[in-house]
Amino acid sequence: MADASTLLVLWPVLIPIATAALTALLWSSPVAQRRVGLASLALLLVASLALTMEVMHEGVIAKQFGAWDAPFGISFVADPLSAAMIAISGILAFAVGIFALGDIKERHERAGFHPLFHGLMAGVNGAFLTGDIFNLYVWFEVMLITTLGLLVVQRGKAQIDGALKYAAMNLFGTILFLIAVALLYGATGTLNMADLARILPQMEMSPGLTASALLFLAAFGIKAGVFPLFFWLPASYHTAPIAIAALFAGLLTKVGVYAAFRVFTLMFEMEGGALREIVAVVAAMTMITGVFGAAVQWNVRRILSFHIISQIGYMLMGLAIATPVAIAGAVFYIVHHIIVKANLFLLAGAIKHAAGTDDLRKAGGLLRSHPWLAVLFLIPALSLAGLPPLSGFWAKFLVIDASLREEVWWLAAVALAVGALTLFSMSKIWMEAFWKKPALVRATPRTVPVAFVVPIALLGAVTLTIGLFADPFVEYARTATAVLVDPTDYIAAVFPGDAPVRTVETEVPVIAIEGAVE
Amino acid sequence: MRSLILSSVARIFFAIMLAGSVWVLLRGHNEPGGGFIGGLVGAAGFATLALAAGVEAARRTLVLHPVVVMGLGLFLAFVSGIPGILTDASFLTHQWGTLAGVKLSTTIVFDVGVYLVVVGGVLSFMFRLYAEDAR
Repeated sequence: MADASTLLVLWPVLIPIATAALTALLWSSPVAQRRVGLASLALLLVASLALTMEVMHEGVIAKQFGAWDAPFGISFVADPLSAAMIAISGILAFAVGIFALGDIKERHERAGFHPLFHGLMAGVNGAFLTGDIFNLYVWFEVMLITTLGLLVVQRGKAQIDGALKYAAMNLFGTILFLIAVALLYGATGTLNMADLARILPQMEMSPGLTASALLFLAAFGIKAGVFPLFFWLPASYHTAPIAIAALFAGLLTKVGVYAAFRVFTLMFEMEGGALREIVAVVAAMTMITGVFGAAVQWNVRRILSFHIISQIGYMLMGLAIATPVAIAGAVFYIVHHIIVKANLFLLAGAIKHAAGTDDLRKAGGLLRSHPWLAVLFLIPALSLAGLPPLSGFWAKFLVIDASLREEVWWLAAVALAVGALTLFSMSKIWMEAFWKKPALVRATPRTVPVAFVVPIALLGAVTLTIGLFADPFVEYARTATAVLVDPTDYIAAVFPGDAPVRTVETEVPVIAIEGAVE
Repeated sequence: MRSLILSSVARIFFAIMLAGSVWVLLRGHNEPGGGFIGGLVGAAGFATLALAAGVEAARRTLVLHPVVVMGLGLFLAFVSGIPGILTDASFLTHQWGTLAGVKLSTTIVFDVGVYLVVVGGVLSFMFRLYAEDAR
């Protein structure tokens, strides 16, 4: 048995894969699937936190599948950013797993909920950990297939419709991704991200590479649901059962954002070209369309779906400004957002359960009948809107502060205005669902299951912790950014030998590119 | 519509296709072939049976539910990577050896896993499609 610490990089993917296999083997017994699934999610949580601790102490950890050396084998790399994403998705998956006990019906389980759920976690974690750009594409495909399956575990017209829209846009996105990878491979002759990080800075930006960068941006943009590629998101998310929608809301779009940060810090520079301007405009438009889209909705989950979009804009803002401060702010934002957004979806489920409807116009009176639910709602809702001292305040503060430092006034103004409008949306849910008198008063109020309350409280506690003790989290985001901005550690972890492996080869692609340009 | 010719030869076809799929699977060790393409041939065998004798008959012949077959395959593929962890600490580092003159390796476990995932995956929607059609 060899070094256990580097094995930590593998467990966040291996545990869900093994669980997907086991739950499929237990096909005939949903009860057994449920038990195995929950045990595995607890194990995954422990493994994820262990990986994060290890990365905090030891720095970047890398592992080669099949012991084939980079750049030929597939690398798995945990740097502080990916470790944070793994930890936060571990927490989220565990919370959603508990929520699912109350929300997922046996017919959903018979349609394959458990294997698909764990398959999705394998895909998400694989995307966070892989150090190989083609392998990233493979994990995107794993996510796409399992997501489609999860969208239709509830078999109805609306679900099929949502799944079709999701499939159409996301398949298109993965094709763009594949073309981008092909162009990149044609120009550089390597797919290993650390290798690309060594080679690309020495190369001139050829038309092929520029096209590749723009295609990556479009592909990840579709995944992340940015303007104008977002329409699939509000069309599909609200149709799935709540537990599934919360998982999607927390993780799926953020994988796109993560991939954009990875590719546009490690491989491509944001400096030069029109890339920064494009991302800045896209970020602003994403914030604005998302928040206005939400303003006209009355269905809680649709409101929240549109807010996912507007929040993605804030993260892109960090990428557009691209200073270390801005990227650190965006990293903090992603971590905060995954927890808060998923929690709001879980709360939407609880509201629907308590009020018997998710149409706000028909709901009401929950403050009187479920006062603790109101408190639990306020934590993520106010955090999303960015009120101090909650996590969203620090997240917004960091990115807006970064844009002011770079004197990008208009972007900061947009971000502030959208924050105010977010507060409007949240107060709409508050007024309609909790405050106002209900249209019809129930004799006995419907109780919300414990399985709903526990994960909501758990995620609320995480939000409060990030908000009240923001310092270590901001510090961590800075460490993560340092590795992103200066990929020396990342490269050193993947190529442990001192001597660069491909001294001769690095010359070849440059010539090839010049030939292509002429 | 039932075709007499098809249903008479279906069992024979099924046996040949299944044997062929295993041959393709094993051939894949050193030559073109392997678990994926073998799995497709195997699934086609079951699909032929389902067309001729009905989905129920094909399901009975498969014994296990297609999703269980898929799970079994995924599990085998997972297990095939474990020896690598135990020896030199990387998942999927494959082990090779000779037992009584027969060359053995853990890669064949992985390939059988792929074979089963493909058979299970294809059949889980194929059976459903045919069943919908019959209705």
